[in-house]
Amino acid sequence: MNKQISTSPELTRRSFLKTTSTLAAAASLAPGVFAAGDDTLKVALIGCGGRGSGACGQALSTSGPLKLVAMADVFKDRLDSSYNDLKAAHADRVDVPEENKFIGFDAYQHAIALADVVILTTPPGFRPSHFEEAVRQNKNIFMEKPVAVDGPGIRKVLATAEEAKKKNLKVAVGLQRHHQKPYIETLKRLHDGAIGDIVAMRAYWNGSGVWVHPRKDLEQKLGRTPTEMEYQMYNWYYFVWLCGDHIVEQHIHNLDVINWVKQAHPVRAWGMGGRQVRKGIDNGEIFDHHYVEYEYPDGSRLSSQCRHIEGCWDSVSEHVQGTKGLCDVSGYRIKGENDWHFSADEGKDPYQQEHDDLFAAIRNDTPYAETLEYGAYSTMTAIMGRMATYCGKVVTWDDAINSQFDTFPTVLGWDAKTPTEPNASGRYPIPIPGKTKSF
Amino acid sequence: MTFAWALFIFNALNMRLFKCCALGALASGFVLAGAAAAKPVDFFTDVKPILEMNCVSCHNPQHAEENGKYRIDTKEEAFKPHKKDQRISPGHPDDSEVYYQTVLPLTDESHMPPTKSQAPLTKEECEVLRQWIAEGANWPDGVTLTVVMRVQFIRDIEPILEHGGPIADPAKETLRLWLSQGGAWPAGVSFPSAKVPAGLPVAPAGQMDFARDVVPILAHGGGLSDAAKETLSKWVDQGAVWPAEVKLGAAKGGAQAKDMDLVEQIHREILGTSKEQAVADMKAFTNTIPGTAVTYAMVPIAAGEFLMGSPATEAKRNADEGPQHRVKIEPFWMEKCSVTWDEYELFMYPQDKPETPADGTTNYMAPEADAVTRPTKPYVEMSFGMGKDGYPAISMTQHAANIYCQWLSAKTGHFYRLPTEAEWEYACRAGTTTAYFFGDDPAQLGDYAWFADNSNFKYQKVGQKKPNPWGLYDMIGNVDQWTLDQYDPNYYKQFSETVTEPWNKSTKPYPQVVRGGSWQDDADKLRSACRRGSTAAWKMQDPQLPKSIWFLTDAQFVGFRIIRPLQVPPAEEMYKYWHSGVEKE
Repeated sequence: MNKQISTSPELTRRSFLKTTSTLAAAASLAPGVFAAGDDTLKVALIGCGGRGSGACGQALSTSGPLKLVAMADVFKDRLDSSYNDLKAAHADRVDVPEENKFIGFDAYQHAIALADVVILTTPPGFRPSHFEEAVRQNKNIFMEKPVAVDGPGIRKVLATAEEAKKKNLKVAVGLQRHHQKPYIETLKRLHDGAIGDIVAMRAYWNGSGVWVHPRKDLEQKLGRTPTEMEYQMYNWYYFVWLCGDHIVEQHIHNLDVINWVKQAHPVRAWGMGGRQVRKGIDNGEIFDHHYVEYEYPDGSRLSSQCRHIEGCWDSVSEHVQGTKGLCDVSGYRIKGENDWHFSADEGKDPYQQEHDDLFAAIRNDTPYAETLEYGAYSTMTAIMGRMATYCGKVVTWDDAINSQFDTFPTVLGWDAKTPTEPNASGRYPIPIPGKTKSF
Repeated sequence: MTFAWALFIFNALNMRLFKCCALGALASGFVLAGAAAAKPVDFFTDVKPILEMNCVSCHNPQHAEENGKYRIDTKEEAFKPHKKDQRISPGHPDDSEVYYQTVLPLTDESHMPPTKSQAPLTKEECEVLRQWIAEGANWPDGVTLTVVMRVQFIRDIEPILEHGGPIADPAKETLRLWLSQGGAWPAGVSFPSAKVPAGLPVAPAGQMDFARDVVPILAHGGGLSDAAKETLSKWVDQGAVWPAEVKLGAAKGGAQAKDMDLVEQIHREILGTSKEQAVADMKAFTNTIPGTAVTYAMVPIAAGEFLMGSPATEAKRNADEGPQHRVKIEPFWMEKCSVTWDEYELFMYPQDKPETPADGTTNYMAPEADAVTRPTKPYVEMSFGMGKDGYPAISMTQHAANIYCQWLSAKTGHFYRLPTEAEWEYACRAGTTTAYFFGDDPAQLGDYAWFADNSNFKYQKVGQKKPNPWGLYDMIGNVDQWTLDQYDPNYYKQFSETVTEPWNKSTKPYPQVVRGGSWQDDADKLRSACRRGSTAAWKMQDPQLPKSIWFLTDAQFVGFRIIRPLQVPPAEEMYKYWHSGVEKE
């Protein structure tokens, strides 16, 4: 548990949590978060997609009095269907009058104002600014991973997270493996030295890819030609400024586990990637595969693969090799001197657990700062990988985190200019390794 | 129309746009659209309806105070000057709030109608306003505007038609309004069961006759022709006479109508393709899925009778396995092994069509198969790293397994479906009455099955162990197999005499029966009579709301195998088999 990070002093500055359980250390307790005389927590949902609705449902399933009071999205139909689903599942805890349903790019500000706890589940490109606003308004926060898509975003998130800590706000990041019993048990053993020093790591998110929302569907839905901004927001997965590419949006989970195992983040990365198969008209600008080699401070290396191509070898998993054995981290199995396998009854849903833990921290006023523990660093690890595959060169951690490469639009609005625009045949510029500057 | 009511309409419209495939018909059902730029606009036919349907609900004497102190219900009020810009400045649309606020960005808080509560005007409607003002904003003296609702077929008209005659006056007014707004009727919605009883009096000459003129239009349904609209208009003008004897029944609407049409097409294809008529024709066969190199093998299972359930004396027996009762089963083929990823992924990924058919055929994919709904993409990787090529497909819901059967039926022209629980046990026992089809001793289980003792924590390739007496591989162990039935621990108690082809039809999403046991299970769960019901926990880690109707995030032990009954059922029954599940939670 208290194993020291054995490398450069620089690392000791990192705020990685050295235990696998939630923070229990004593901290100066700030005044309670509740309005006087009432312990009902008011929740606002910012970003009403499938995951946002799911996260909100989990928040509403925690114990203690609470209610959903406000919702925000840029698309009214998404908000309405989310409201209906939540109302159907949690009738007595959903209390969102029409005037508290906010639509538009600035909707989040209004919804945040009405709540004690906010759920930030828009596409990740918006996370830094939404997080900043929520902390400015002194709210407790659940935000989905990833927490940013570029260097400037990460710097804003880190600064905001420090501010949140000062204000004693509770901040959770949706990397639910940290709340999953078998992972916690496995990591505990690794940190206790069950397989000795960990010298090599592998992580995968190889799958078939995710949804595509074609431009023609949106056009049919609207009954007119959508603006470019409307289209990119609707089909957000395929644009870096919104999604970060799938290495950031999905593979972050596996990279996060390796950082957790190593109690550190990588110092350098290099890799390769491209668009081999998934290059349809609605597949935007992102790659369909990335291979990245990450170097950790102790010189050990992580080989990381993520792929969105159908019909190939698929795996979503993490594996590490130590001086005394092997661990299938995602299979919760250790082989070697200390053979072990997690066996227990069906565990609790980690997506529920992460909300149970956050709301318990809010109600009991215990410190909760997952952004600083791992959320921001795991996000940055994934962004660094994308930078490496896009440019084809070596990227150091300092280069990556200090990157001035800002992907976000200068102005938001349905008619505003998007950071990337299609050519006459509807195609977007694609990064070219060796030529593209990515950080 | 109150503000709240306007909001409700907008919500309802949006919901439907999102969920209904007939949105084209809903979104563009206004006569004035498109006619704008060609000729001068007419206040009565072009402008008044836009203002009445979009503006007057707020800008009227009752609500003007909280809506910019502006009324648009009379000419005097509408043209009153206001600040620097005019509300309506004849000849200058760009200086007229009534026009330019409708074309502001949707994010602009001055946009009209308010984006938070109402749908924006269509481009054509904005253009009508622009042109009207540019042409001098003619508003004949004395014309007062009132609130007019935008009639929607599914919300406003369908209930009137379903209710039937005689029609009340407000409903007549709604019908009239609907027709005046273009009479939009989404394709796919119809009243095919409309029947006219014999002996109804026929209307006098010159009058519309309900039975003769109107019922055929209602039976035909969506996508009304101009002639049909004209007929309906005349009928409404003449009082919308609807004899009380004529009832239409529920409309066959939207998605369900489309599904049923598709099943009927597939049914016709199957009747044309399936040659086997008699038990003597039933041979084992191996089929290649058209357009691919993937094959699957089917084994004939003769008709017969068996004793379902286990005796009270069976070791490790559960109470839900009794009482034993006699069951009669019709002949069918059953898939030799459980469905593999090789087969199932062809269904999951419809876009993976080969450029040229692998098997040399030209019609490599039946168009009906293309029309079958496919699973949405799973968020996580559904084989959980346990292998794909030659390994059993897992993690699908019962609904997904059902629709796979429909898809494969459309592809091949054979009728495939999941087995009922009784059919499954009949095929598993293969004439035996012991705990396992090889006897009662679990010590032999390793020769026939993958289970907790030998599976190495994962499923294994299909077809490696010894088959059961009827030639079915992995009938127990490796992966559980979906059946069609709802799980009910007391289901067997009702049977005292021999029952033919029992099927406990589902009325709720959980529990549904899986059979056979899996790589995770101990020996007793692999007994022929052992039953298991699905639970909501099988989708526990689906992080979305609503959860997927296609994938199970927490059931790495559930797969399925298909059967093909010798007797091809009518289309309605096929529909029931393929939509047996109640997946929506």
